[in-house]
Amino acid sequence: MNVQRSVGATRYVGQRTARKEDGRLLVGRGQFTDDVRLPGMLHVTYVRSAVARGRIVSIDTEAAREMPGVHAIYTQADLAALPVQMLSFFFAPIEAPVTLLADGRVACVGEPVAMVIAESRAQAEDAASLVEVTIEEEAPLVTIADARTGPLVHPGRDDNVAAEMGDEDALDAIQPLIDGAAHVVTQTVHHQRIAQSPMECRACVASPDGTGEMTVWMGCQSPHLAARYLSLALGLPAESIRVIAKDVGGGFGLKNIPWREEVAVVVAARLFGRPLKWIEDRFEALTASSHAREQEATLTAGFDAEGRLTAGWCDYACNNGAWPMGEDANIAVHMFMWPAYKLPAYGFITRGWYTNTMGLGAYRGPWAMETLLRETLLDKAARRLGISPVEIRRRNLVYLSDQPHTSTLGVEVNDITPGECLEKLVANVDIAGFRKEQKEARRQGRYLGLGFAAYIEPTGAAGTMAPMTGETAQLRIEPTGKVTAMLSTHSQGHGTATTMAQVIAEQLGVLYEDVSVFEGDSAIGAFGPGAAGSRQGVIAGGATWRASQLLAEKVKVVAAHLSNAGPDAVTISGGMVHVEGAPEMSRSLKEIAEIAYGEPGRLPEGMASGLEAQFRYQPPPVTMTSAAHCCMVEVDAETGFVKILRWISSEDCGTVINPGVVEGQIAGGLAQAIGQVLLEEMPYDARGNPLAATFKDYLMPAISDVPDFEYIHANTPAQTIGGMRGVGEGGAIIGPPTLVNAIADALSPFCEIEELTLPLTPARILDVIEQRDVSGTRDRANRDEAARARDEMAEAPPLASEVSAQGPQASIDGDWNMTLKAPMGGQSFLAHFEADGAELSGYLSAPDGRQDFSGGTFENGRMQFMVKVDNPMKVTLKYDLQAGADTITGKCKMGMFGTAKVTAVRV
Amino acid sequence: MSEHRIELTVNGRPHSARVEARMSLGEFLREELGYTGTHLACEHGVCGACTVSVDGVAMRSCLMLAVQADGADVGTVEGLAAADGTLHPVQQALRDNFGLQCGFCTPGIAITLTTVLTDNPRASEAEMEAAMSGHVCRCTGYQGIRRAIRQLAGHGAGEAA
Repeated sequence: MNVQRSVGATRYVGQRTARKEDGRLLVGRGQFTDDVRLPGMLHVTYVRSAVARGRIVSIDTEAAREMPGVHAIYTQADLAALPVQMLSFFFAPIEAPVTLLADGRVACVGEPVAMVIAESRAQAEDAASLVEVTIEEEAPLVTIADARTGPLVHPGRDDNVAAEMGDEDALDAIQPLIDGAAHVVTQTVHHQRIAQSPMECRACVASPDGTGEMTVWMGCQSPHLAARYLSLALGLPAESIRVIAKDVGGGFGLKNIPWREEVAVVVAARLFGRPLKWIEDRFEALTASSHAREQEATLTAGFDAEGRLTAGWCDYACNNGAWPMGEDANIAVHMFMWPAYKLPAYGFITRGWYTNTMGLGAYRGPWAMETLLRETLLDKAARRLGISPVEIRRRNLVYLSDQPHTSTLGVEVNDITPGECLEKLVANVDIAGFRKEQKEARRQGRYLGLGFAAYIEPTGAAGTMAPMTGETAQLRIEPTGKVTAMLSTHSQGHGTATTMAQVIAEQLGVLYEDVSVFEGDSAIGAFGPGAAGSRQGVIAGGATWRASQLLAEKVKVVAAHLSNAGPDAVTISGGMVHVEGAPEMSRSLKEIAEIAYGEPGRLPEGMASGLEAQFRYQPPPVTMTSAAHCCMVEVDAETGFVKILRWISSEDCGTVINPGVVEGQIAGGLAQAIGQVLLEEMPYDARGNPLAATFKDYLMPAISDVPDFEYIHANTPAQTIGGMRGVGEGGAIIGPPTLVNAIADALSPFCEIEELTLPLTPARILDVIEQRDVSGTRDRANRDEAARARDEMAEAPPLASEVSAQGPQASIDGDWNMTLKAPMGGQSFLAHFEADGAELSGYLSAPDGRQDFSGGTFENGRMQFMVKVDNPMKVTLKYDLQAGADTITGKCKMGMFGTAKVTAVRV
Repeated sequence: MSEHRIELTVNGRPHSARVEARMSLGEFLREELGYTGTHLACEHGVCGACTVSVDGVAMRSCLMLAVQADGADVGTVEGLAAADGTLHPVQQALRDNFGLQCGFCTPGIAITLTTVLTDNPRASEAEMEAAMSGHVCRCTGYQGIRRAIRQLAGHGAGEAA
């Protein structure tokens, strides 16, 4: 061996290294949750509501209890013995009164009503079918439009708004700018409901061990997060719950947090005292797992005569269903709509609505609607202005030369490259040639289209939201000279064991084969939220990068000491430790490790024995990824079928650890994008029944639906250790507008797609080509409207705000414990009020400071006052409260951060 | 419930068991015999994850009853690699081309491609891709699977180092 090889002589970062995970997965030796079987384990099945909305009159379990193999049947009354507070991904309490099993009322089809515990899954299912649930059915609210006008989904709330942000009043300032623009372009998108559909459905095995301990195997996206969630939700010590998830068959956001069924299994296992297993079937996965995406939004933008953006306004609504995994108005849609574009003024109103449908969950790029709205609007504008889609982006994108740049909502970017990615893309695609071919094809009655899109994505977020943290890498060189890595990472297909081992092998100077990665267990490593927000490559990559360097430094000090040389003279390569100028002093890592563990007396004085290093990496709060994509399609004008001819991705995810893994992430996201645009839909009927109950109804993209993707990597290193940028979600974000734009370009000889309703089924494409309602979309909308009009005639329960007591005005003077429910968690503080007639003054006091206010009003129990806040951003909080004798309720408008619910009780 | 006695071989090993008439072959392989490499992902015959070979023919083990496999020669993903651990060319091609991510659908895909190639070692890319039309993969966008197919058809080498 050439003894003078330096560190890094063996390049692993950047190589298409074969995956470590494949060894077990390809031979059927993985360990998915359903592969776990424990002595005494019983099986759980849920009885679910077949009714979307109503009062539970009775749950008759008698016949079911008599069935063979049945051990227990639980309802909410039984599970309530162990109190549970369901939480969002941000560990904030869910606002809707969600219980593990339905509590007196059902609010959507598929809601779990009872749990059957039996010796086999088949026996549990047999018994479940005999549980008789009688429900007094009420007319459900299914659509966002229903939610706006219908009765309350959750009795006792003020309205059906689950979450709200933005400021409608801001339109007063924006509207004149839009009205004064040379061109005004509007894009409305009706985004269908998506079932995330990981190939492995949800699964959970819970085993009560020892005294109050639990071991839980769960299909999740981070065992650490799942364990922390369970301990918080159940109020148990964190160390009492261990979550193991060695192999998980895809997550895509659905498995971000444990939800009702998984938590119920954990609770039931504690109550019943035996290991329980729940394996969701596909019918449940499609109809009763949290759904994603259903949104309606209109974006309006003004352009000057040259096609430069002047102002924008967006009205956005998403269907939160009955029991969302966290109420969500999707503020990220607005935060990330424009930082990559030069838009001088932007405002929005954004709301999430409760309905009697399955709750909202996360899905790869939960805010992806911003890219879809913006990029499809830009292409519409380009056609209107008669300039090319590339040109309109060139005139508006924020190039590196324009940075640092701060968006109107205050998002600063300083190293994004969407423009540079676009230029690279344009340089690699023969646009002129395609346009010529397109022109010729049109003469033959063939309709080709070319679509572009550009975007940026916040990845690797850490330090601003409770679960979004750094990552820990614990490394050691074993006495054998081989390397063990204990990581906080988790793979549901991401290949983190592979990419992290590549980083370690390169930075430590060992062979990739000699690195073993342990992850997927909350007892291993330290807290990390796993796969959520395209973060593991960025943060865990940085953690392993630095930890490897720290360990290499220790090896060098030991080797230098043993060789009487300076540490700078020592290099590690291929598992061998070399001393510059002294080839005879070369030792294997194994020799050094044997000394470090077995003969610590030979180590430098005071050095700890063994060869270990640990590093927890806290990256910058956000790391931006950029990309531009284009695709080419042919639309069959006779059938409305779309064939994707080519798809080229030009992305900048910084340092690429493994191109095979990176391209795999992009491709997976793009396939989901294709499904979203052309195939997938979870429709509901008017009675609140989810209609896609099998994979014959819910159309997943097949191999024939997906073209060969082509990749251009830009590799601008990020300002992080290692320089990685996240890449997990990007394909699913930029894919939909890229494809829609190509289809719209192909259809441009016929007509503009005026309102975009997804999926673009062949019938919906024929709507555009034939300019009539082939798909029945308009007809259905009209029918829905008629149905709503009828519903409005029926007597709906009054909104809570209309029945609030208007009794005599009580004194409010004194101290109150006040709680403000902000979207990312609640805040509690002391409020002091003094009313002098109709004049209101006082202060709000929290450990981090006190804010005084005066000039408020107090009339008929209504308290209105303003408080100015400087931290973390300058914002004026406008309180509008209604006082009772001992309680105060109301709202606080927080500028662009929207409106928070306020409650207070007298001290 | 009626129970039936069946005898079959799985990956060349003989097994006999008493099974309920309603038990699917997939559940039988997993629960009774411990061949957990076969994954049940939709249990209604669409996704293909549970595909096993029955007398050399690719079958959805979620739609076939265990009693129907009486006397059959069943092959699962655990039986593909050689005794010394050498991967079957289909497994190797999937590995060489990043043909899997989460790996849940992979066993069925590996079995299907293996049966195609066993029937016709010179199967074309188009034939193998047509066989793949009966499989759903949510992770890979089928890119690595298509490259693996090309490698198996003799076009191009794998890309993984």
